[in-house]
Amino acid sequence: MGAQIREYRQRIRAVSSTKKITRAMELMAAARVVKAQQAVRESTPYARAITRAVSAVATFSNEEHVLTTEKDKVTRAAVVIITSDRGLAGAYASSVLKESERLIARLRDEGKEPVSYLLGRKAVGYYTFRDREFAAEWTGDSEKPAFERAREIGVRLVDDFLKDTEEEGGVDEVHIVYTRFVSMVTQEPEVIRLLPLEVVEGTEAPAEGDLFPLYEFEPTVEEVLDALLPKYVNSRLFNAMLQAAASELAARQRAMKSATDNAEELVKKYTRLANQARQAEITQEISEIVGGASALAESK
Amino acid sequence: MSQLQVELVAADRKVWEGEASQVSARSIDGELGILPGHTPLLGVLVEGEIKIHGEGGVRTATIDGGFLSVDHDRVTILAEAVDASGLGN
Repeated sequence: MGAQIREYRQRIRAVSSTKKITRAMELMAAARVVKAQQAVRESTPYARAITRAVSAVATFSNEEHVLTTEKDKVTRAAVVIITSDRGLAGAYASSVLKESERLIARLRDEGKEPVSYLLGRKAVGYYTFRDREFAAEWTGDSEKPAFERAREIGVRLVDDFLKDTEEEGGVDEVHIVYTRFVSMVTQEPEVIRLLPLEVVEGTEAPAEGDLFPLYEFEPTVEEVLDALLPKYVNSRLFNAMLQAAASELAARQRAMKSATDNAEELVKKYTRLANQARQAEITQEISEIVGGASALAESK
Repeated sequence: MSQLQVELVAADRKVWEGEASQVSARSIDGELGILPGHTPLLGVLVEGEIKIHGEGGVRTATIDGGFLSVDHDRVTILAEAVDASGLGN
């Protein structure tokens, strides 16, 4: 009997210490998600300015550029998968990976060979566990991506895109799978095609009649495009990484909140069971004493 | 005299914003000076120093290459990395 109470009490202790950990993680994620959202906001002036510049060039010249031209024959397509380094974020990593599997299946159906580029230890783990090949991996800063990292990845992607597909193992298309941060409660896995570039006006479309002035280009349109487009790629990549980071933290906060709530429920349940066991023990002891006393009285 | 509205933007933040009477930067072809009333321009900048002449002296910042756009006295300087130590405030 005593053993049962002891067991319940032990469980209560274990669950409460788990609860302390999940609570701490919840608070940490909550604090970081605010910073991550801030980072997304702070990167918008650059993204907006560079989008404007690219649109301006696109409006005023019919310049064709390698990065914007569709290739005649698409045989290999790069898939960049942005996941997290750590788990304990609910379905965050697995829903991105699921989305990427869908994209990969679609690309295969279209007769293209998918090549994966992985960000975050979760994606790397997923691929190595399944013995699947991938072209590159970047890990270690999924929560707080720095621009240098986005530039490094962007340079690699543009390089691979410009390589010859047949001979040097380049790619003809680049897709990104990431999680878009819609709000604190909603984050959606999303696929965007990065290359060849489709110039889209950011989230805020310019007002009607916001005409571009007749720009002069220094030194020439081609050189401006040459320098501008890779930077535009980096900027879009950086934005995807920042949104993914904010989504990861929001998902972790939610997962840890429900873990904490669960732990609370469990503590309550075990406390009841422990109380019941204690009461049963007392009742038994009393009935033993009463039984013993009446046996003594009868024997006299 | 009208003033230039200057914005200096790095990839991860807006570095500086304010008024200036003259902005100079290094383009591929050499030094590029912008005064109020300049024609709309989109230029490629190389690694180097940006000088912003405004009230209270000259502010400088070092960039690793980027862009400059001028459009109705609005000057936007874009750079992936900006060293703003000389910018003051």
